[in-house]
Amino acid sequence: MTHKPPFRLPGGGRLIDRAYQVPFRFDGRTLRGLRGDTLASALLANGQMLMGRSFKYHRPRGPIASGAEEPNALFGLGQGGRFEPNQRATTTALLDGMVMRSQNCWPSLDADVGAVNTWLSPMFPAGFYYKTFIHPRPFWKHVFEPIIRRSAGLGRAPKAADPDRYEQAYAHVDTVVVGGGIAGLTAAVEAAQDGGSVLVLEQNAVWGGRSPVDHKQGQGAVDGLLDQLRGMENVTLRRNTMATGLYDHGYLLAREALADHDPNAGIPRQRLWRIRTGRVITATGALERPLAFACNDVPGVMLASAVRDFIVDYGIAPGQRIVVVTNNDDAYRTALIARNAGLEVTVVDARPEADGDLPQAARAANIPVLTATGIAKVKGGRHVEGVVLCDQSGEGTPTGGLDCDVVAMSGGWSPVVHLYSHCGGKLIWDEAQAMFRPDPERPPLGADGKGNVTAVGAANGDLQCAEGLERQESPTMPVWCMPEAAPYKLRSKMWLDFQNDVKVSDVELAAREGYASVEHTKRYTTLGMATDQGKVSNINGLAVLSKALDQPIPATGTTTFRPPYTPLTLATIAAEARGDAFQPLRKTPIHDWHARRGASWEPVGHWRRPYCYPQAAEDRHAAVNREIMAVRGSVGTLDASTLGKIIVKGPDAGRFLDMMYTNMMSTLPVGKCRYGLMCSENGFLMDDGVVARLSDDTWLCHTTTGGADRIHGHMEDWLQCEWWDWQVYTANVTEQYAQIAVAGPKARDLLQRLPGSIDLSQEALPFMQWVDGDIAGIPARVYRISFSGELSYEIAVPAGRGLELWEKLHEAGRDLGVVPYGTEAMHVMRAEKGFIMIGDETDGTVIPQDLGLGWAISKKKADYIGKRAQARSFMTDGSRWQLVGLESLDGRVIPDGAYAAEAGLNANGQRKVQGRVTSSYHSPTLDRPIAMALVRHGPGRMGQVLEFPMPSGEVLKGRIVDPVFYDKEGSRLNG
Amino acid sequence: MAEALADVTRVAGLGMIAIRADLARAGDAIAEAVGLAVPVTARIVTDGSRSLGWMSPDELLVILPSAEQAEAMSALDDALVGEHSLVVDLSDARAAFDVIGLHASDVIAKLSPADLASMPQDGLRRSRAAQVAAAFWRIDGGFRVIGFRSTADYLQLVLENAAIAGSDLAPR
Repeated sequence: MTHKPPFRLPGGGRLIDRAYQVPFRFDGRTLRGLRGDTLASALLANGQMLMGRSFKYHRPRGPIASGAEEPNALFGLGQGGRFEPNQRATTTALLDGMVMRSQNCWPSLDADVGAVNTWLSPMFPAGFYYKTFIHPRPFWKHVFEPIIRRSAGLGRAPKAADPDRYEQAYAHVDTVVVGGGIAGLTAAVEAAQDGGSVLVLEQNAVWGGRSPVDHKQGQGAVDGLLDQLRGMENVTLRRNTMATGLYDHGYLLAREALADHDPNAGIPRQRLWRIRTGRVITATGALERPLAFACNDVPGVMLASAVRDFIVDYGIAPGQRIVVVTNNDDAYRTALIARNAGLEVTVVDARPEADGDLPQAARAANIPVLTATGIAKVKGGRHVEGVVLCDQSGEGTPTGGLDCDVVAMSGGWSPVVHLYSHCGGKLIWDEAQAMFRPDPERPPLGADGKGNVTAVGAANGDLQCAEGLERQESPTMPVWCMPEAAPYKLRSKMWLDFQNDVKVSDVELAAREGYASVEHTKRYTTLGMATDQGKVSNINGLAVLSKALDQPIPATGTTTFRPPYTPLTLATIAAEARGDAFQPLRKTPIHDWHARRGASWEPVGHWRRPYCYPQAAEDRHAAVNREIMAVRGSVGTLDASTLGKIIVKGPDAGRFLDMMYTNMMSTLPVGKCRYGLMCSENGFLMDDGVVARLSDDTWLCHTTTGGADRIHGHMEDWLQCEWWDWQVYTANVTEQYAQIAVAGPKARDLLQRLPGSIDLSQEALPFMQWVDGDIAGIPARVYRISFSGELSYEIAVPAGRGLELWEKLHEAGRDLGVVPYGTEAMHVMRAEKGFIMIGDETDGTVIPQDLGLGWAISKKKADYIGKRAQARSFMTDGSRWQLVGLESLDGRVIPDGAYAAEAGLNANGQRKVQGRVTSSYHSPTLDRPIAMALVRHGPGRMGQVLEFPMPSGEVLKGRIVDPVFYDKEGSRLNG
Repeated sequence: MAEALADVTRVAGLGMIAIRADLARAGDAIAEAVGLAVPVTARIVTDGSRSLGWMSPDELLVILPSAEQAEAMSALDDALVGEHSLVVDLSDARAAFDVIGLHASDVIAKLSPADLASMPQDGLRRSRAAQVAAAFWRIDGGFRVIGFRSTADYLQLVLENAAIAGSDLAPR
């Protein structure tokens, strides 16, 4: 029997509008659906039952479900940046002009070459890849893996950037009800009456869940509840919003589809809600289970509930002759609805008797009902043509047959327990209904140790929850294999996981091979690992595993339910963090000037600092050299605004800073500056900078750029947690000031050209002093400090006036050849002077003593942070790597990070090392390479030559020298 | 095109002074110097021109027209003589934005995890806006948001993105 029109019924279809046709393109063909159709219903209306190919065997696949659990009908949707793979035809609304592409087939869905795999399927049992491709070992990496990777994965990833907007939003509510069916809406009314805010989330565009389809009075009951809820001020109803995951402390994520239906509306396409809630009520309903009979994967075999959904919701005739096969009463609803729509129906019931209200109603409607019967096999390849019947209790010996074009199967229902399980809720096995349902005694716990999730309705196993609308149902009979004693030949054609091609025989093989744990079996067979996450396959699979292991189902248990409930687009998670808003970019007050000057940027934390300012055809190296020569020869300016600036004030501030720094800060006279080192409790150097004493009880501490927030936090940590009784206040004023270094022999000259109140002479403002005043009408604080070794001033002005001062300096110094210089020139110049850099010479394992900074460590102080650690034996035993300079023997730069080798191998067979390069540059000032290194016993080995083997096999050589390469006597400091 | 959820405008001409002190002891002196009562925890007091916000158990923030900044600084210094305290000018360290419009609270709710419904009318929240630190309080018709100067461009961008027309949070 073949699939015949009419595919759209003359009547019915509560969700469609027959007045509006919607054209769309499917694999190059133009088809028409109706407004309100899903992709699946629109394709069925065009007689297109074949909607995909399975992953492993490329078997033809039609839809088996009508909702979020659909494993088969997945498409690539859209084009270019809007292309999305694996979109469910059953939940995606049809849009005008939509372009859809079938997946996992070549050259086409109809003529798929990969389908040859199905003929070879006896050669591809569970674990095939593991067993086959493991030997010979080297083949895995070079031969097997590349081939398998190319054929792996369902759907293709989009290559272009997604042009749509996405966003996140936060919500805080007392109760969230997940699921807008009859149980959820009823629970919402009750919760709202109890008081507090209530948010109801429904994943679909329409409210009501299954009731409008399953019960004549369903829609009326739903509308009544909605009316009631809409009249309550404390209730928010949000549809098209899927709760994707529940996390600790009542943190619920939900995805709202805003413009999926209209991508060009200009509004965010999807919104990720981040909800904090006191209580979650899961009214997520239940999913129907397939039955395992031979060839249950042929297109046209569908869940019984899906068949009636297509008839009632979309006015679709999935087929003209329908066989309903069931182990429960509920599926008779499908039979009754199909018959009512004028379709031919027969019911095949596995139970010995079927005398409940629904079966009786079916018989009264002249629907043939065969009890104690099962399906031995489905006939047909690309579409159902008929079924072979058998005794359910037997081995599949044919007892008859039926021609049909659709098989509507129902193996019972499984509550949707995902959210309940995401953060620890436990399940119990309900023997009578053959289902796992939430254990009310072991719910997920909130911060108060009490349960914060309650399951209601079908999600709680109460399949008869539509009170007053229900007809009494007789018990379900568990059927995990049809017929019960089916031989291997049939079991190897019974699909459990339709997308990943896992069959009853595969799970049994896994059990025979020793995979007793359900989690291991899942991974071995790939059961439930497809993009549908096993929504229709898991329970059947673990029931089969339990039988194979000869143990009760609860002893096998379930695999772990993990968020998201259905896949979430990565763009929705990234939300606003894309493009210019991907990451905050911190800008100094002079940033735009640097940009206009064509600065080559260096990221420093979230800042962008000019690395150098290349001119015309200059490369970075040439620009750095030019900037250094200009500073050494005349004058340059550096934007030092990013340096941390922390005010420390109070009667105990001096004592506090003596603890923070290794040297003495309490004795620093007002008006003076001192270079200080900060160590961690473990003694390791973590930051450095110049401290200025502003007044009797106030100091200003400069930190490194990266240290600004960290060191402020470090100070507050000690003040709040350890020395809470010390009278000290701190304030991070980093961003209050623009700070400009003016360095070079002409620095004073340049500054004196600007009018101002400050005497910048050597006598009035000697090295390591500061003074307040104004420069060019701008209130300024001038520090005589130098990181370049040249005569140097650092000028701090209110950030809002930083650019003004910078521009004035460049205007006034034009004839001096003033240059802006970047971080690299700064780095090279400090290295020429042998100054250390936090992060270059330190890496979190270096103590100041390693760097020859003993002079900056107070011997007089009783304590400072790190002091005791620095007294430990391995800090003082003399074998630590210590700072030296390196002189390249052949004029080549020894790469930063290179290791100095020594004779012999270590326990791992690696070459032994005795030091490493920490900074290495070409010095334009000296016109030769310079380097700093940490070397074992380094300072005692002046003149010795070290070898630095390169990955190329070459060996570079460097002579140990003093780390101060330039102006050792410091004569240039004063200009 | 429909209107944005709210207008986002950078506010210039604001002075800001951070005060750290024992508020129980020095509160009266501060109140007198600023001309506003000391706010209780997580609140802000305003007279329309000047505001005094609670930042932490020992920190307040004065927001005022920048023309009054210098005078207020010295008034505070005078008022706190002999009292362990810290008064610093942070006017240039900050960027301020007004978010004004019918759906201004939706803009904030997209960027900050703060619970606006439970925030009192005169509340001040130190929170974040997307990836950067931000504080905000209610003003006529919306919110005033302050952040750090260096991230002002980012802050403006995420506020404007959150305010695009048609993206209000009302259920649809």
